[in-house]
Amino acid sequence: MTVTAPPVVPATGRNVSSDAGGSRVGRSGPVAWMVLPALVLFVVFGVVPLIGVVVLSFTQWDGLGPIHANGLANWRSVLSDPQTWHSVYVTFEIMILSWAVQTPMSLLLGTFLAGRQRYRAFLAVLYFIPLLLSSAAIAITYKALLDPNFGLGAGLHIGFLTQDWLGKSNLAIAVVIFIVSWQFIPFHSLIYQGGVRQIPTTMYEAASIDGAGRIRQFFSITIPQLKYTIITSSTLMVVGSLTFFDLIFVLTAGGPGDATRVLALDMYKRGFMSNQMGPASVIASIIVLLGLVLALLLRRLGGSTTASQQEGA
Amino acid sequence: MVGGGALAAGLAACGSSGPSSTPGSTTGAAAGSGTTYWFLTGQPQQGIREAQVKRFNDANPNSKIKTTEFQNDAFKAKIKTAIGAGQGPTLIWGWGGGGLKAYVEAGQVEDLTDWFNQQTDLKNSIFPSAFTAATVNGKLYAVPGETVTPIVLFYDKRSFEKIGAQPPQSWGDIMDLVPKFNEKGIAPFSLGGQSRWTNMMWLEFLFDRIGGSEVFQNIYDGKKDGWSDPSALKALDEMQKLIKANGFIKGFSSITADSNADQALLYTGKAAMMLHGAWTYGNMKSSGKDFVTGGHLGYMNFPPVDGGKGDPSDTVGNPGQYMSISSKASQADKDNAKKFIANNTLDDATVDAWVKSGNIPVVKSAKDKLSSISDKNDSEWLNFVYDTAANAKNFAQSWDQALSPTQAETLLDNIAKLFQLSISPQQFADNMNAVIGQ
Repeated sequence: MTVTAPPVVPATGRNVSSDAGGSRVGRSGPVAWMVLPALVLFVVFGVVPLIGVVVLSFTQWDGLGPIHANGLANWRSVLSDPQTWHSVYVTFEIMILSWAVQTPMSLLLGTFLAGRQRYRAFLAVLYFIPLLLSSAAIAITYKALLDPNFGLGAGLHIGFLTQDWLGKSNLAIAVVIFIVSWQFIPFHSLIYQGGVRQIPTTMYEAASIDGAGRIRQFFSITIPQLKYTIITSSTLMVVGSLTFFDLIFVLTAGGPGDATRVLALDMYKRGFMSNQMGPASVIASIIVLLGLVLALLLRRLGGSTTASQQEGA
Repeated sequence: MVGGGALAAGLAACGSSGPSSTPGSTTGAAAGSGTTYWFLTGQPQQGIREAQVKRFNDANPNSKIKTTEFQNDAFKAKIKTAIGAGQGPTLIWGWGGGGLKAYVEAGQVEDLTDWFNQQTDLKNSIFPSAFTAATVNGKLYAVPGETVTPIVLFYDKRSFEKIGAQPPQSWGDIMDLVPKFNEKGIAPFSLGGQSRWTNMMWLEFLFDRIGGSEVFQNIYDGKKDGWSDPSALKALDEMQKLIKANGFIKGFSSITADSNADQALLYTGKAAMMLHGAWTYGNMKSSGKDFVTGGHLGYMNFPPVDGGKGDPSDTVGNPGQYMSISSKASQADKDNAKKFIANNTLDDATVDAWVKSGNIPVVKSAKDKLSSISDKNDSEWLNFVYDTAANAKNFAQSWDQALSPTQAETLLDNIAKLFQLSISPQQFADNMNAVIGQ
């Protein structure tokens, strides 16, 4: 459990492996030493800054002059600021909608890619490409493509595409969710692909003997067997979506107005644009807290986790 | 400091190569290791700064200045933390205004008032308007240098021929022109609204033309409820009227100035007019095919508003860039830095180089150099910029740089919402009054 805490770590592949590695340690004595390098790194780059942020949230600091303690003033002002709640709302909106788009798509794609046919392996490589691009590059590209005057729609004279994509609140949110899904579905498909391949083929054989068709097999075998994979993938999506920053920052800078200003962006703006490190630290603490609570809730959903996960495997 | 983006755009606009991160002649030269100077990369500014240091070092071989060069955004992030940690350079390059004020309040920069008063020649040669942004509580903490870049109203003469109209002489003319351009399928104004400071330039002019320069001065001085001055509310209202009349290009709130798409809209004929910084001239000349060279680009100061109190000669923009001296530096380094400022930052060679690169340096002697420009378009343009800057009764600094970073960010946020029409002028004023003086 010790290593499950890093909500601040972006949802990359590395996360999964460290998670699985962590759960296997701890049972045997001397092996515990092997956790040390990771633990030191985690404490130095994870725990210490975290404590720093919590301490800063009770101070007033412009990033330049001396730091003054000011008690609960930051918390009071941030929690009574409608901007904060708007950002919480936008964060959850993007989190839930992008989860709802990504999960079924990745589940289907992952199941499809789990097949051993050659052409599927080839397609898997193609699907994987968006994951290789940096969020900033993706954002710049989409911004250019969606430009209402010089973008794809205007260039090819396609009426439907010539919308003010990033200039209208609802459209901008939809675009963000679309791009996030486009970027991360490959990653989650990969997780599901691995999950599906772990399901014993005997189950499917037995099902076909009983006369279950493909669709019935998918709902009665694949999905129940993938329960823990779904939870892992959802945890990564949900917690990862708390840290969406680069994409939105480059794409809309939180706009139009504050339509796409998620918590991470709000934190950045308060801290590094307004020079108010105290309130920014409050937002950072809220993000950490939300990440922890959400990760724990999702773990709960899966019942007692580690043992049964290995059973499934 | 989003307005810095304006400067970044300016840097990119004039140079052929754009900003690049060249390794500095020394790396991470910190306080205590001799006189140090950090500045921005990007031509032509970078070359001019390097030449200044070289001239100084050649003349003072025993007390050379060590330089480190940074790309714009990297500089802004690095300089603040470095100064906060007492590791800043001796010479602090900046944009003056609210950023400088923050340094002053933290006791990080030297009071230069007495020393500068003795530099009579330098003092008298600089545009008087450049000093406002260098002065905090009546004391001078930075010396103006480099170039003056007012915001001007650019227009495409071809678009005006198409509708058979003359450039606007008043705000009323502007409102009358809007439907005429829209009828012909030309957007009246180009605007890179996502950058937010682009929208701000409109308010800067409307506030000044309607209520005079004291409206913003009161806000700057932290006067209570300064934003709900009747003139301010009227200016905000006029602004929204223009937006509601479709005065700006469709989709303006998703266009950024960094990509120069707003300029492209003007020089490709999709928009008829654009309110923008003088730094955009270079890019419009190099990217706009025959737009500038063919004489299609027109420009003027922002027109007066009927019945307004503002002086029509007033302008806004960047009255200069600024150099301060770290209060943490040793006395020898401070003296050395002062010598550099006095002898090398606005010397004849520098002024010459600025003019040759298509910029107006902040000194009156720039006028004499203008006759040497052979290109007719460039010569006309530089004379216009010089006259706008020199004749301005009041040259206001861009609001986001004049105000404290806290106020500036709230301002830009609310401006974006005002332009989205999601808040009313009164709500805008209330939101801004809440942070006044912070």
